Amino acid sequence: MTRAATSHVNGVVTAVGVALLYLPLLAVAVLSFNRSRFGVGWQGFTIDWYARVLHDEVVMRSAWNTLLLAVGSTALSTLLGTMLALGIARYRWPRRIEHALATLIHLPIVTPDIIFAAALVVAFRALRALTGLFELGLETMIIAHVTFQISFVALVVRARLETIGPEIEEAARDLYAGTFDLVTKILLPLIRPGIVAGALLAFTLSLDDFVISFFTSGPDSVTLPIYIFSSLKRGISPEIHAISTIIFTVTAMLAVALQSLTRKCET
Amino acid sequence: MTESARDRSGSSLRSGAGVAGAIGWIAPGVLWLLLFLGIPSVLLLALAFATRGSYGEILWTPTFHNFKKLAGFGIFGWSSDYLWITARTLWIALATTLACIMVAYPIALFVAARQPRWRSFWLLVLMIPFCTNLVVRTYGWQLVFSLVGKSAIYPGPLAVYIGMISSNLSFAVLPIYTSVERIDWSIAEAARDLYGSRWTVFRHGILPQTIPGLAVAAIITFIPCLGMFVVPDLLGGGRYLLLGNLIQQQFGPSRDFPFGAALSLTLIIATLIALRLYRRPAEEAGL
Amino acid sequence: MTRDEQLRISDISKSFGSTLVLDHVHASVERGEFITLLGPSGCGKTTLLRIIAGLERADEGTIVLDGADLLPLPANRRPLNMVFQNYALFPHLNVFDNVAFGLRIRRIAESEVMTRVRAVLDMIQLAPLAMRRTSQLSGGQKQRVALARALVNEPALLLLDEPMSALDAKLRAEVRVELRQLQRRLGKTFVLVTHDQDEAMTVSDRILVMNGGKIEQAGPPSEVYDHPSTRFVAEFLGAANLIDATRTENGVETCYGPLKLSRGPSWERGTLAIRPERIRVSAGEPAPNRLRLRARDVVYRGDHFDVFLEPGNLRMWCESSNALRAGDEVAIELPPEHLEVLRD
Repeated sequence: MTRAATSHVNGVVTAVGVALLYLPLLAVAVLSFNRSRFGVGWQGFTIDWYARVLHDEVVMRSAWNTLLLAVGSTALSTLLGTMLALGIARYRWPRRIEHALATLIHLPIVTPDIIFAAALVVAFRALRALTGLFELGLETMIIAHVTFQISFVALVVRARLETIGPEIEEAARDLYAGTFDLVTKILLPLIRPGIVAGALLAFTLSLDDFVISFFTSGPDSVTLPIYIFSSLKRGISPEIHAISTIIFTVTAMLAVALQSLTRKCET
Repeated sequence: MTESARDRSGSSLRSGAGVAGAIGWIAPGVLWLLLFLGIPSVLLLALAFATRGSYGEILWTPTFHNFKKLAGFGIFGWSSDYLWITARTLWIALATTLACIMVAYPIALFVAARQPRWRSFWLLVLMIPFCTNLVVRTYGWQLVFSLVGKSAIYPGPLAVYIGMISSNLSFAVLPIYTSVERIDWSIAEAARDLYGSRWTVFRHGILPQTIPGLAVAAIITFIPCLGMFVVPDLLGGGRYLLLGNLIQQQFGPSRDFPFGAALSLTLIIATLIALRLYRRPAEEAGL
Repeated sequence: MTRDEQLRISDISKSFGSTLVLDHVHASVERGEFITLLGPSGCGKTTLLRIIAGLERADEGTIVLDGADLLPLPANRRPLNMVFQNYALFPHLNVFDNVAFGLRIRRIAESEVMTRVRAVLDMIQLAPLAMRRTSQLSGGQKQRVALARALVNEPALLLLDEPMSALDAKLRAEVRVELRQLQRRLGKTFVLVTHDQDEAMTVSDRILVMNGGKIEQAGPPSEVYDHPSTRFVAEFLGAANLIDATRTENGVETCYGPLKLSRGPSWERGTLAIRPERIRVSAGEPAPNRLRLRARDVVYRGDHFDVFLEPGNLRMWCESSNALRAGDEVAIELPPEHLEVLRD
């Protein structure tokens, strides 16, 4: 009986939690179909706002930027993160170096994103003074995203690598595999689920990010989250609801894919 | 793997290519992180002791000017504004963390009590909003509050609290769930035999086993809360500023990088203290 | 028999940190020989095998295989293959692709790969499982795949690192015999590492008994068993009675009185060893080294009885306990030809 009562409480709190998480998303989604231009009063169902958004040049350019940013940064960070994971997990480093590497990898994860963003702004300013490059724009945003994505990719891939015993590599060596064959014929196929999961995570993080993008973007590299944020300063509009609903749908699908992949990795 | 086993087995990449090859693998990633995060962080720390020139340029004369400003000594005399914001930031981060844990714990217990295939469904339900852009999630609350029609809440502190809890709840659920899932229920049963009452069973049989998860949940909720600026910006209506908003202003409209750096340093110190405190229960739990 | 030395291990030493694992090891292996490195865990046998394979670097010494210096070559350039303790099959490849791996890496024509892999799978009776995933195989099947994967490359030397330790006792006994037959049929040189003395006795042409990073004794199983040269060898392979002795003019003096030996010891004071099954109950005729002792304990062991004698602590095996009970007096003989003079 006590157990039943406890689980009752748990159920109620879970309902509250789910409400806390989904109420805002639900409100956005519902209002994106509202005919009303101003305010939140329901005036009938429409999909006009979606049609408008799809024909809005600024929105479409922002969407394109968002996609470029996510794809570009994911590709780069997956490459760098995978190499990093291979290098860390597959060599016997002196303890101090191993410790330093672990700290370096965890640094982007424990740094509050606003600090991260501030550091990058400072870095770009310094690099701009030194080289004349690094003008704020899509390139700097890609660099910024890669910088926090690397760690996540490296950690996911390393976790996968650790499930492969050293004797697998030794067997490959024994069977004449040089480093290239070892990596391409043994390690990469074995860690592929980890790499895909890492890439998917990186992609999701890129779409999810606002703060770092906001700090490192230039006038021509507006992404959807930045567009939404600056539009909000002028007041809410049904178009924003429509864009947001699309973003939510895409990320939900990515999350589902990520979870099913992670589960496949574990089995 | 034990140390000796690892020593013995070594690694074949290593035996094949030597240290030069090893460095080749990690060099791109390490250099990238050093160039865009390591060195900039050091630069940011140094910047906290520089000043802003009249045109937004940086004057590299070591000074505590920014910290004095933070402590409230400005050209118009002393004001408690910045100190007040700092205290409020710490308070709201702490309150949000506690609230998130108190909501997340029953959720974790609830999910762990489901059938295995439903558990992953529930986890997914809890994770999807977390993957959605923070700006979308936050302005969604603006709509909710408008729908409810309570202008007393939004914009204002209560709206900020709700927004903070909502946007950080997922952070807290996952680590707690992970440790709840590993609970050895036989200890809880033993506690039931020994104590009987529901609270003591929880207190002695269940809670101690989930301390590591709680510590992780606390730290990964607390750190993002400290730096939050989207939620107070969109839900506080400019009247409920946090350190994050101040930092954003310095790197944005005000272009006072040195003061922004000093504010960042304050935030970093708070983060480090939190990490330090976190390590104690984590070490006790053998993490 | 003419000696045809294939592998020469000279002066190999290896330390892990401050622990000396191999201490100036010398050994020689003949072509077509089944040789076993036998010893307790930590004796350095696996490390020696891994140094031969190239998975570990020696601190000093040389290894020559077929006249060529082996140590400068990395593992992937050495003309030898290894069967790993837990088989280390590639989980993402099926049986056929696992076996074909080495050939494909060496860019051997796919038609030849087909023929060779099929031939070796036929030989070890795994042809029907060629397309299986390795996770669907039993322990014994995995072991055979690991064997096939190494043998298909026709290595000059096959290294086996405790290949049977993951199998259950019954299967292990069968596999031993099969392995021995396989080696005979192929005429290849096998180097096996094991801590199991039965395994070593069953399969080997020669056993190298290792202890503390050194080879204590090398020889055919019967020689190592019947004529142990050190205390360690006498006790590690089977059971042994150790008797302290002092040299005299025509034999040795021990706590059992004077004993005659078939050859004189080189030391003044030292140790003798005799196997429990070599101690005979006296038939009554006069014989050398005849002792009258008392049976302290008689323990039934299934196929024999263990008799513990006093004074002293001699252990003797009898086929039947006939009349022999605890407390009985018994006359025994320690045949001089079975009293082994140990080196240490």
